[in-house]
Amino acid sequence: MTSLPAHPQAKRLGLVIDLDICVGCHACAVNCKQWNSGGVAAPLTDLEPYGADPLGVWFNRVHTFEVGEGEAGRTVHFPRSCLHCAEPACVTVCPTGASYKRAEDGIVLVNEDLCIGCKLCSWACPYGAREYDYDAGVMKKCTLCIDKIYNETLEEASRVPACVSTCPASARHFGDLGDPGSAVSQLMRERGGYDLMPELGYAPTNKYLPPRPRRTVAKDVGASAELAPAVPAGSGGFLAWVDRLLSG
Amino acid sequence: MHPALSVIVFTTSSGAGYGLLAWLGVWAVAGWLPANRGLAAASLGLSLGAITVGLLSSTLHLGHPERAWRAFSQWRSSWLSREGVSSAATYVPALLFALGWLVIGSTSGIWALFGALSAVGAVATVVCTAFIYQSLKPIQRWSNGWVLPNYLALSAMTGVLWLIAVLSLFGMMDDYLILAAFLCIPLAGFLKVRYWRFIDRTASLSDAGTATGLGALGRVRLFEAPHTSENYLMKEMGFRIARKHAAKLRIIALVAAFFLPQLLTLTGLLIPEALLPLCAIAAAVIATIGVLIERWLFFAEAKHTVTLYYGAERA
Repeated sequence: MTSLPAHPQAKRLGLVIDLDICVGCHACAVNCKQWNSGGVAAPLTDLEPYGADPLGVWFNRVHTFEVGEGEAGRTVHFPRSCLHCAEPACVTVCPTGASYKRAEDGIVLVNEDLCIGCKLCSWACPYGAREYDYDAGVMKKCTLCIDKIYNETLEEASRVPACVSTCPASARHFGDLGDPGSAVSQLMRERGGYDLMPELGYAPTNKYLPPRPRRTVAKDVGASAELAPAVPAGSGGFLAWVDRLLSG
Repeated sequence: MHPALSVIVFTTSSGAGYGLLAWLGVWAVAGWLPANRGLAAASLGLSLGAITVGLLSSTLHLGHPERAWRAFSQWRSSWLSREGVSSAATYVPALLFALGWLVIGSTSGIWALFGALSAVGAVATVVCTAFIYQSLKPIQRWSNGWVLPNYLALSAMTGVLWLIAVLSLFGMMDDYLILAAFLCIPLAGFLKVRYWRFIDRTASLSDAGTATGLGALGRVRLFEAPHTSENYLMKEMGFRIARKHAAKLRIIALVAAFFLPQLLTLTGLLIPEALLPLCAIAAAVIATIGVLIERWLFFAEAKHTVTLYYGAERA
């Protein structure tokens, strides 16, 4: 049913992505591709992978932006994936019932057996979260690693999306954004997490943490501002003799 | 947006077919439809033929056309599904209308009622088509109030021009239909020009700043794309048309869709009756070509917010 759940539960699983920390290494995108090439949405088809013009399905893309001008300018790495919105138009436009939003945790999924490949859901998503698989003829998207986060054969620490477990800088956090007491909700409050394109009204679950203000002065780590002279004035001995000799 | 030929043909062809069907239904209710079987075969054949060809064309861009029947299921939420249901449902009164007119030879009484129901179904289907586009918020050039009146007016215009063309072949002409054409053509032209004015003058709600949330830190521009070759998003939603081409194509569309059909319809009134079919058919054909160009532009000029992540500063 592509109508949104009539009675969604409070639980809203999603990601909090820290743009201050992300170093733009693309490890999240690569591990996402790796995990999902064997997961529920597999295969993530690559056409001409070794050709001149490769074309493939990825659920996670890392863009790099320049923001601001001159000295105030900065480089921001920006990972982009499905935001598992509370008002996902990609779901409601689906004519077949292939797209759906889970009532129990808010994850937006595609049932590939029902998808007719009309691509309308990808038009309805402002964020470009859905990528069409030309080979399979169906639409594919981030599953929030549903086959990993609920997988009880994995140790508990591994039950997070592949992009989160692989991030070497810990720029990605996974949790329940519907629970105000969860670690991700607290992090979001502390750091001023925000929605992408709030003006469109999709109410994304995933939040982004802004880059921290740029430091304009060196941090005081206890060293004095001026270097102490190598040879204290008025001292004698061999070093003082060399100093006098060289200064002359 | 990528202008997919199958969707352009679908919206133009079925738009004209539904327009024609609606005029036939209204004319049956008014009691002005001659009980002529040849005319019935030609006009309903053309209308249902154009609708069917359009609908079949629309399935060509599907990844799984064999599952197309599933699209009838989600009419509660999806305009695409509603369009499917409405288009299929319209065949029922349309075929009964055809039964009355073509087989029984009557366009009055209950058969006129089926004509009326066909007209309602035709208008409802065009409304659904327009809302598929108008409801997409990431594409501001579609998500505005000019889209629905444009689709309705263009459907009515091509429909009445094709009806006049068919009637002229049977040596029949209807002054009210000529009047309808004289009203529909300038109205559709006016609405199209207003639509273009709107998309040219209205800044999009979203920009690279809101798409990344970094706008408060300064101007946001793409430094490095995530991948070196194009992906699905760029192929499907990153279509760009050169401004100078768009301007020329708009003029060609205006001339073909509105100016020439109006001129040809007017000429048809002044020349000997034997030459009338020539003018009427030319008007319908040229108008349809004009609408095809207009529909191509409707897609090609539409910008999607996903382009904000790929270097566009506004969508």
